[in-house]
Amino acid sequence: MSASAALRSFTNGWSIDQASIPLLDQDALAQVILDAVAEGQRVVALFGAQEQDAVALYVVLANDEDNLLCAARTLITGEGFASLTPHCPQVHLFEREIAEQFGLVPEGHPWLKPVRYQPSWTGRDAWGRAPGENIPPGVGDFYRLDGEEVHEVAVGPVHAGIIEPGHFRFQCLGEPVQHLEIALGYQHRGVEQAMLGGPHPRSVHYAETLAGDATVAHTTSYCQVLESLSRCQKTARSQTLRGIALELERLANHVGDLGAMAGDVGFLPTASYCGRIRGDVLNMTALLCGSRFGRGMIRPGGVGFDLDMDRCTALLIQLDAFDEDAHAAINLLWNTPSVMARFEGTGPLSRQAALELGLVGPAARASGLARDVRQDQPCGVFRFAHIPASAVDSGDVFARAYVRWLEIHQSLRFVREQLRAMPSGARQTPLGPLAPDSFVVALNEGWRGEVCHVALTDATGRFRRYKVVDASFRNWSGLAYALRGQQISDFPLCNKSFNLSYCGFDL
Amino acid sequence: MTDTLMSVTVLLTMPPLLLGVINKTKAWFGGRTGPPLLQTYFDLLKLLRKSMVLSRTTTWVFRLGPLITLAAVFLAGLLVPQGPFDAPVSFSGDVILFAYLLGLARFFTTSAALDTGSAFEGMGAAREVTFACLTEPTLFFALLVLARISGSLTLTGMLHGPEQGFPAVAAAPLILVAIGLFVVLLTENCRIPVDDPTTHLELTMIHEAMVLDHSGPLFGAILYSASLKLFILGALLLHLIFPLHTGLAWADWALFLAQLLGLAVAVGVVESVRARLPMRHVPYLLLAAMLSCGFGLLLLVR
Repeated sequence: MSASAALRSFTNGWSIDQASIPLLDQDALAQVILDAVAEGQRVVALFGAQEQDAVALYVVLANDEDNLLCAARTLITGEGFASLTPHCPQVHLFEREIAEQFGLVPEGHPWLKPVRYQPSWTGRDAWGRAPGENIPPGVGDFYRLDGEEVHEVAVGPVHAGIIEPGHFRFQCLGEPVQHLEIALGYQHRGVEQAMLGGPHPRSVHYAETLAGDATVAHTTSYCQVLESLSRCQKTARSQTLRGIALELERLANHVGDLGAMAGDVGFLPTASYCGRIRGDVLNMTALLCGSRFGRGMIRPGGVGFDLDMDRCTALLIQLDAFDEDAHAAINLLWNTPSVMARFEGTGPLSRQAALELGLVGPAARASGLARDVRQDQPCGVFRFAHIPASAVDSGDVFARAYVRWLEIHQSLRFVREQLRAMPSGARQTPLGPLAPDSFVVALNEGWRGEVCHVALTDATGRFRRYKVVDASFRNWSGLAYALRGQQISDFPLCNKSFNLSYCGFDL
Repeated sequence: MTDTLMSVTVLLTMPPLLLGVINKTKAWFGGRTGPPLLQTYFDLLKLLRKSMVLSRTTTWVFRLGPLITLAAVFLAGLLVPQGPFDAPVSFSGDVILFAYLLGLARFFTTSAALDTGSAFEGMGAAREVTFACLTEPTLFFALLVLARISGSLTLTGMLHGPEQGFPAVAAAPLILVAIGLFVVLLTENCRIPVDDPTTHLELTMIHEAMVLDHSGPLFGAILYSASLKLFILGALLLHLIFPLHTGLAWADWALFLAQLLGLAVAVGVVESVRARLPMRHVPYLLLAAMLSCGFGLLLLVR
């Protein structure tokens, strides 16, 4: 008997009645999660929601083999719950998040620290801090080594480049890094809270700016939530346009990343050309919707901008130029031995570690986990036009670079196909009222990995809980783990090979 | 006398141009326009006008470090003959002074770095002296080979070679020494493949990490002495690669300057066509350079 029998299963982007989610007791829920993970399912989200005088914990599991999502919940009336992390490491950050947001202590959690250094939503504090106490990010205990030759290197939150703030604490024994701990939260804006009572006219803009370089992925998830709750039937044309925008976002970021990785090893030709080529792809997105980052493109019920024949042709011509330029610039990486010497074997992450940490996106696929929402939990245009998952299995910087290159091929093919056979239909379909007391999960494969939005509506169809899980939330631990035993001088390269979002994590 | 004045003038004014040429070459490879050739001069002027930010945890070592480094490198530069001309200062045994002046410069650069107590600077200083342990023997082997061939103990005599020119038997050792010295040049001047002078990533830096806390005129002194060092080692190396001269003073000066710029282009090309080595592989490169110079010596004394 499968573990998922006890759960309510549904598909990506399909809303269900909250009451239909089985309410289990805490131990049963823990057992269900452990069994499901043992069967090869993965935890997509684990979060709390305030219900009358108790906190409900919801878990969303992905059964990638059957293309199904499953959900279950439990009620917590006490001050805490038994931590699952020792048995199922991939929930470690979710449990820390629950502790921070609701003040519930996951008992037995091996490393219970705040996630974003935000005050608790319930007034109950897991660390016993006084209400109203100032909580500066990154301040507190860090894992540390002691010894004569151990030295600690602290990097950030202010960095040398024009990047987001985050604090990295390295424990080094000479050049090799023994341990890396990452403290984020400097950019916490409170998006989940701001969504409550929504959708407001502002909500779509919050979604667009959850992680600025994954605008299309996050906005698509947000819009799917609304469309699913209002049973809105989008046209094929709008879904295709969304797919095109999503893949253009992927192309731009993957090319940019490969260039940045070349820059980090001091290999100028690829670094310089990829910077320009990324700009070319961003301009293609601008041709779609007037914004280089896809702002305003995805709107509830469809897309904000239609594509006429002229611009469609122009895009195809620009894609041809992109194809040629990207091949010339990026193949240079694989053909230069000094670059390969830097990429190969650097920052390896084993398949087992990636599996246990619950990694997603290119980082997971580079470690041999062929998980890709477009393939496993397809929605929108991806139900009709398949993009095979590209996986490599060495798990090092090379693998993370090469997965991107493979995905560039796939995305390019997809965008060309879609542009050549654009279905007809309206740009946008009006939304009806949102279904009350519902639960919906919308997953999308952003360029960085899985983007997950979960919404719970109240009796009037307003959001009473909105949960966002960005790929970065899953993958930062992968970066910390990949750096163990590596040279500290290789950290920037490893970091770039993951290229995670700080604000996507901080929300 | 004219040549001495000319030597000092070139030593004082030419070095920043070399950095400009390297950057232009790199920009050309990257399909960019790149900064102006004279950018380093502009940077130096800008830095001289700026005020300094001094950390309260630093002492006089931090402030004196860059100045001693500049003085030491400049003095070392006076000992190196440029092209076919004699060095402004030359005496028997000046070669030892030359090597130790460079060592003194390094000592004070790293001391100033350690003085800040910053983890980055400490890391940079540790890397710098680790790699110096391998470049200094290389330099000594190279100088030994030259001393042996020329029978002289002054840098001028060693680099100009015997009256009748370098003997044929010296060809192989000289080639080996030139290879070794080119690697030393790249290492000492924090160029790719050893270091990346353009990186903004503190964790990967060697030289740059040591000077992160310096600002204003002191940083200008550091920048200037770094370019001086490139000039000096370049001038040293040119004697081995292009021991040509015309006999006409003005033509020799033109030739020497052209050769220096050509060397800068070569450094730029190396930086453009290859990536940096993993830091743990840098010692292999330096050991190879040391062995190259060591074998040069072996060939001579066998």
